[in-house]
Amino acid sequence: MTISTLFIQLLNGLAGASSLFLVAAGLSLIFGVTRIVNFAHGSLYMLGAYIAYSAIGRLGTTISGYWLAVLAAALAAGAIGALIEMLLLRRIYHAPELLQLIATFGVVLIVEDMTLAVWGPEDLLGPRASGFKGAIDVAGQVLPQYDALLIGIGPLVLLALWWLTKRTRWGMLVRAATENRVMVQALGVNQAWLFTSVFFLGALLAGLAGALQLPRESANLGMDLSIIAEAFVVTVVGGLGSIPGAFIAALVIGLTRSVCIGLGQVELGGVVVAFPKLTLVAEFVVMAVVLALKPYGLLGSAPAAPPTTPVAEHRALVRPPGRRSLTAALAAIALAALLPWIGDVYDLVLAIDVLVFALFAASLQFMLGVGGLASFGHAAYFGLGAYAAALAVRHGVRMEASVGLAPVAALAGALIFGWFCVRLSGVYLAMLTLAFAQIVWSIVFQWDSVTGGSNGLIGAWPPAWLADNQAYFHFTLGVVAAALIAIVWIAHTPFGYALRAGRDSALRAEASGIDVRATQWMAFAIAGAFAGLAGGLYAFSKGSISPETLAIPRSVDALVMVLLGGLNALAGPLLGAAAFVGLQDFLSRATEYWRADLGVAILMLVLVFPMGIGGGVQWLLARIRR
Amino acid sequence: MNRFLATVALAVVALAATAASAQPIKLGELNSYKTFPAFLEPYKKGMELAVEEINRGGGVLGRPLELLTRDDNGNAGDAVRVAEELLAREKVDLLMGTFSSAVGLAVADLAKQRHVLFLAAEPLTDKIVWESGNKYTFRLRPSTYMQTAMLVPDAVRLNKKRWAIVYPNYEYGTAATAAFKQLMIARQTGGLEFVEIAVPLGKIDAGPVVQALLDTKPDAIFSSLFAGDLAKFVREGELRGLFRDRPVVNLLAGEPEYLDPLKDEAPAGWYVTGYPWSAIATPAHKRFLDAYQAKYKDNPRQGSVVGYSAVMSAAAAIRKAQSTQTEKLIAAMRGLAVDTPFGRITYRALDHQSTMGAYVGRLAVKDGKGVMVDWKYADGADYLPSDDWVRAHRPAE
Repeated sequence: MTISTLFIQLLNGLAGASSLFLVAAGLSLIFGVTRIVNFAHGSLYMLGAYIAYSAIGRLGTTISGYWLAVLAAALAAGAIGALIEMLLLRRIYHAPELLQLIATFGVVLIVEDMTLAVWGPEDLLGPRASGFKGAIDVAGQVLPQYDALLIGIGPLVLLALWWLTKRTRWGMLVRAATENRVMVQALGVNQAWLFTSVFFLGALLAGLAGALQLPRESANLGMDLSIIAEAFVVTVVGGLGSIPGAFIAALVIGLTRSVCIGLGQVELGGVVVAFPKLTLVAEFVVMAVVLALKPYGLLGSAPAAPPTTPVAEHRALVRPPGRRSLTAALAAIALAALLPWIGDVYDLVLAIDVLVFALFAASLQFMLGVGGLASFGHAAYFGLGAYAAALAVRHGVRMEASVGLAPVAALAGALIFGWFCVRLSGVYLAMLTLAFAQIVWSIVFQWDSVTGGSNGLIGAWPPAWLADNQAYFHFTLGVVAAALIAIVWIAHTPFGYALRAGRDSALRAEASGIDVRATQWMAFAIAGAFAGLAGGLYAFSKGSISPETLAIPRSVDALVMVLLGGLNALAGPLLGAAAFVGLQDFLSRATEYWRADLGVAILMLVLVFPMGIGGGVQWLLARIRR
Repeated sequence: MNRFLATVALAVVALAATAASAQPIKLGELNSYKTFPAFLEPYKKGMELAVEEINRGGGVLGRPLELLTRDDNGNAGDAVRVAEELLAREKVDLLMGTFSSAVGLAVADLAKQRHVLFLAAEPLTDKIVWESGNKYTFRLRPSTYMQTAMLVPDAVRLNKKRWAIVYPNYEYGTAATAAFKQLMIARQTGGLEFVEIAVPLGKIDAGPVVQALLDTKPDAIFSSLFAGDLAKFVREGELRGLFRDRPVVNLLAGEPEYLDPLKDEAPAGWYVTGYPWSAIATPAHKRFLDAYQAKYKDNPRQGSVVGYSAVMSAAAAIRKAQSTQTEKLIAAMRGLAVDTPFGRITYRALDHQSTMGAYVGRLAVKDGKGVMVDWKYADGADYLPSDDWVRAHRPAE
């Protein structure tokens, strides 16, 4: 790589960084004010591209027509964002923060299927940007004019946002709300409209980014998910709520990627390193490094006043489940064991899935509900367990022992990653878990000789005595029941109470002599081990394992199950897993647009049971008893 | 005469009635419909057309065919679950479908475990019939290796020394790259050089990638990009002059699924595999094309042919076996000849790979649309590794 090509690669990186910045800036703005991790932000970006495609078709490719269409697409995306806020999110601001993430996940599913229905399955390649079709000569190399334009747009938007937030009354309110939302409300500011307007602006930026991407990429149905993870990373690396931070982070990530590609295959000390392969996780590696050094991102700062008033449900007195609960649990297990004589073989397959995912969700609930440690990368431990079990059995270890190895492997991973993660808090912690999960995923995905690469591993079947679905169901039921009881027991030991103390008030817990960080680290490790056990059971129930097992969607599934079930309800994970697996199975068979229907079902559940199904049942029982 | 017609009509009605009253033969199909809709919606249409034609002709063994499709959500775990549902609840007679390699291999392994026939329609992975092949699994489409081999003669004829290879970073891309290098070294004498760039599937950073390729100053380019990655690569490469005086060989780029979206920007002169649906004049294809267009008012895609041929293969196997028993089906599938829109294909007894081929040609732009020109049909049978190689790599039963 010569100096002139390095220079042009940097410019390429800058052009790529611009659209990333636009998406991330909107996300950051929305998070800062509303504390919502807006999963649907990528969908708005995708809609921006599709709407721009149609609008250009209408308005023509004259210069005025083209750019009018881009503007129209941005405004339309903004309006859709505002609608989502008004119709949906406004109704659940009082629910646990992460529930809103689940709601926006439902929106993602709906938008994806609606886009498919409206625009069809084929990729739509828009025309090149009017007025910027050619290329210019830079240092003896060729740079498309459009890239030059994008390089300029990034700083322009940054400037505009700076003016908007620092020089207008609206911006003042936004900054105030970012600092202390409750205070702003107490001072009589109409929060509803402030939130809606922030959503409008954030969505508009996402839509603009999508429309601007059209000359570089065909509008396609994968745009939403491919940008959202990157945008999260940029937002967090920059520091949540910090728009200049997002700008710098986008530059760092854009440049890292283009330089990785530019370096190509390099021989380092006799070993050929293929740098382009790193682009699979470059942004996550950057994030892991940044968060390890700066826990609040590049330009972020620690929240001024850590929330000392826990959510209402946390304030309730925690009592260990009594004899009656235990009797009920044992009765339920005994009843469940009868399933093979009531249902058919497929009921057993579904029941095994529900049990495995209930354990997976319970391990996350332990971390999240009892420990207050959110994780967006819990699938890493599920996957580590699954791969460890599958690898062991393929190397001749007995299946019974392999299942035992699963939690051990996951525990080891969780101990290492957890040590870094518990140094952070809130969304930063969650994002670091995501970074580690993605790094593990990319290793598994590319290590063909050991993990089977993108194909995964096959032939991980249980031995003859468990090969039958009925036998495997009873085996799973036994293991999962024991594990669930163990989790509940741990949550009510002194260790569990110490963990809750750290969650509700780290300061007071420290003052009472609890080593909060060590407690959280142990909780992280325990949660990882149980997730790994679930992964091991999963591998043998499917006979194969592939990298999707530890990819982002699986982590999201776990969050959805925990929150659908209820963050603090004992039976929450089981109810959440049953609802999720059951809905997915039923809808995917019953309807063509099953993803949209699943999204609607999730939204309904979130709106009807903001405290989860388990929380709703508890509330109902309490009402009846009274 | 009238009497004769009446008799024929009666016979047809009677036949249709017995076919309708008989228990249907159930084909259990699963695929990643929501993950790869561009390929799989036409694929589904192709299957439905085949089922309709077969049932209009009285079904198979006097029984109508019933196609049950399921969405596998694009991942192996869910695929195994829906396959179990098809087997346990719908009691399907065989499994078919799947798109990605990981899902295809997982379902193949399930088929082996549950002793049921699996016809892998679309997955391109070489492993499904070779390194991980099993008794119960058959595969329709020409694999990554075969399609690469179809392009190698053209690549050799170019007589270029320094090749840049760009590929999506997963099984299909790495397998295509490995096959290309291996076959080129075997066929072309003189110091070949390869430089490689792997890009994340669906997320190519086209600008930096094109720039990096320019820097390596290659004589020619081999690419296995497709779908969105291909469009981005083509646009950025044209703009930066990457393809000027530099031949490009690209797997799959001639398939309408990936070629049509490029419209008048289809890169003229590229060597590709694909499906020139508008120009194939064989009677078998003409009949398929007319029926497809009459039913759907749309042109078929590569996926349509795969779906249609998969159902036709399953029907032919059942007809030959005179049964839906798995063991008999396997025996029938070995050496089974099936007439497809691409002509007659055979499922090899040796490795369960069909000899379906692909069209190899060059891209051109005609009336604002990308088309294939100078194409020929490459019969899959001519692009397979040697029987000895297969025996050495395929696990014994």
